[in-house]
Amino acid sequence: MRFVDEFRDADKAHALAAKIAALCEPGRRYKLMEVCGGHTHTIYKHGLEDYLPESITLVHGPGCPVCVIPMGRVDDAIHLASQPDVIMTSFGDMMRVPGSGGSFFDANAEGTNIRMVYSPLDSLKIAGQNPDKQVVFMAIGFETTAPSTAMTMLRAAAAGLTNFSVFCNHVTIIPAIKAILDSPDLRLDGFIGPGHVSTVIGCRPYEFIARDYGKPVVVAGFEPLDILQSIYLLMLQLSQGRSEVENQYSRVVPWDGNLVALKAISETMELRPYFEWRGLGFISHSALQVREKYAAMDAERLFQVPGVRVADPKACQCGEVLKGVLKPWECKVFGTACTPETPIGTCMVSPEGACAAYYNFGRMNRNRVAEATRGAEAAQAGRS
Amino acid sequence: MTAGRTASPGHDHGTDPEGRDQPGWIDEALAEHERLELDTAGRRRLPLADREQQVLDRIDRARRRKPRVREERITMSHGSGGKATHTLIEAIFLDAFRNPLLEPLEDAARLRVGGSAIALTTDSYVVSPLFFPGGDIGDLAVNGTVNDLSVAGATPLYLSAGFILEEGFAVADLNRVTESMRAAAAAAGVHVVTGDTKVVQKGKADGCYINTAGIGLIERDVNLGVAHAQPGDAIIVSGPIGDHGITIMLARGELDIEADICSDTAPLNGLVAGLLDAVPGVRAMRDATRGGVATILNEIARAAGVGVLVSEDDIPVRAEVRGASELLGIDPMYVACEGRLVAVVPGGDAGAAVAALRAHPLGEQAAVIGHVRAEQPGIVQLKTAFGGTRIVDLLVGDPLPRIC
Repeated sequence: MRFVDEFRDADKAHALAAKIAALCEPGRRYKLMEVCGGHTHTIYKHGLEDYLPESITLVHGPGCPVCVIPMGRVDDAIHLASQPDVIMTSFGDMMRVPGSGGSFFDANAEGTNIRMVYSPLDSLKIAGQNPDKQVVFMAIGFETTAPSTAMTMLRAAAAGLTNFSVFCNHVTIIPAIKAILDSPDLRLDGFIGPGHVSTVIGCRPYEFIARDYGKPVVVAGFEPLDILQSIYLLMLQLSQGRSEVENQYSRVVPWDGNLVALKAISETMELRPYFEWRGLGFISHSALQVREKYAAMDAERLFQVPGVRVADPKACQCGEVLKGVLKPWECKVFGTACTPETPIGTCMVSPEGACAAYYNFGRMNRNRVAEATRGAEAAQAGRS
Repeated sequence: MTAGRTASPGHDHGTDPEGRDQPGWIDEALAEHERLELDTAGRRRLPLADREQQVLDRIDRARRRKPRVREERITMSHGSGGKATHTLIEAIFLDAFRNPLLEPLEDAARLRVGGSAIALTTDSYVVSPLFFPGGDIGDLAVNGTVNDLSVAGATPLYLSAGFILEEGFAVADLNRVTESMRAAAAAAGVHVVTGDTKVVQKGKADGCYINTAGIGLIERDVNLGVAHAQPGDAIIVSGPIGDHGITIMLARGELDIEADICSDTAPLNGLVAGLLDAVPGVRAMRDATRGGVATILNEIARAAGVGVLVSEDDIPVRAEVRGASELLGIDPMYVACEGRLVAVVPGGDAGAAVAALRAHPLGEQAAVIGHVRAEQPGIVQLKTAFGGTRIVDLLVGDPLPRIC
């Protein structure tokens, strides 16, 4: 299939893997963080770690939009959905995320009407078909999904819809990265920058990472060769003592971002003073809320939202996993009490969550390394 | 829903306000973690790689425990064919009805009645939309039951049909459905010999639900079952996977994606007969419906206590299905088929089995996708086209599209 298979070519991967290995200084260990959950998913899905030398560790970052939603916000959403005559719409990933009293699926089993949509625009269709109901869209995600929420609000305003609102949980990536850079627990060597977020915000916002923290950033695409090439570019920078922002995903990401999308966001939304992130705690100016001008579409203004902060279950170590301090399997309850069937923490829910990715795809790591090495040797022998 | 919820700041799962059984199982897991991780002096005692192995072993043990349904109510996940469905079946239905005929949990039960060996199966159909490219709920209801009998090695003979109709359902639509059932039954050589009709109030059903049960005669001396898979066996699929599931997703019209694909719904009895004629030693067959090929591979690995290794490059998937799956972030391995089977045959018979399948119009693209091995029992591994390997586990619920 075009535009997919080219980026999954095993021969090219072997060639890149050899170049990456050649850049490793003996005795040095490298920790690279892939910020985006989509990257984590690709890494596990394609067995990409097979191609990396042991001295390079990939650390999974906080860029899984579902994973960072705190329990209290899930409870708030279910509270909204259980108001009379409310239909809530939500992305599929969100359906299984546990609040303190269960997930959206559980809430539906108890009578709420929470529907899965593929695009926020579908909410407008539902609102049009149900004029006697209030349709509340559970908006989540980074700058990647915020523009589609913004466009939906603008369309709703243009159409004069009065029964549509947004429960806004959009978060912004830069404060989270900064929180991780300032975290004393973690020493990172470089960042695989989030590709989809960057299609909207561009590459400039990462410049402080290279300039002030001296860490290289390479914005990467989502196919396995994209990520492998980005790791190569990061290793090249490290070997040459450079720290710059580079754009591996230039076929999609413009350096200055998508101005139309940014404009739509700033027309409808503004920064919140602070927002709670699962595991990372309260981070100032790290999330978006609906602007006063669109108050009629702000579920938090239209309804009473309890806004109760719910502490994560004690056993849950999602915070450490999101910050990259713990590998998923190092969490106390990974795979035993917390499984994809009965997730305690968000990281086990979304396919982009590091724990779910590791549980579903990655458990054979050590065998894979040995097998891949044998495979590479056989391929080498076959070619020569 | 929220009436009983008194979430307060600082509360934790250990004292769940709704009194779910969480304290027990979370505490158990934590205690187990402590025992494994720390020696008597409270120091971590193992190097990293070994600790990872320990965690994997622990997961393995946790998975072998008696399944329990932890939810208080049925959710949509319980109907998806993945882990939640398995847990429900094993913890509730198998527990209540346990008997040696039910226990293998095959697609059809094998019974002896008088001197004959009989296969009996039943299935309910709730597909939405009722009509889709390549078929409708009617031929699905006939083919699905015919296929469950066929893969049990039986010749399908007689079907029952139960209809649950929603008040207001168009009679013209019912005619279309029954006409395609008639045609499908004729094509499969079976007869619908008994039935039932119920009508429910508007809103209590989605147009039309159908249940069919079927019996078939086991004439061959076969002993089929996923538990019979042995290391060295080949795993074969009879054609491109995922057509039905993707067709239905697109036919719902929620995705704004158009593609030229149709459901693969078809009766497999002819195909199966050809395969069994050529390779009487077939060890197991399953039709890859809900949960897709990945679910069957996991059932093989678990029931037989073997490892399964399949190669992504060898799995036939139509370009349209792959494209739609890529867009949606769904893995075709988990997508339902309605006219494909997975067969396990002794390694030496793989060539003959593929040739026999390819000789039938429904098996033209049959292919060996992998093999059974002794290593890593219970685990299904996939060699990715990229050259890596990964686990293919059961899904918990339906594959959910990713958001970004």
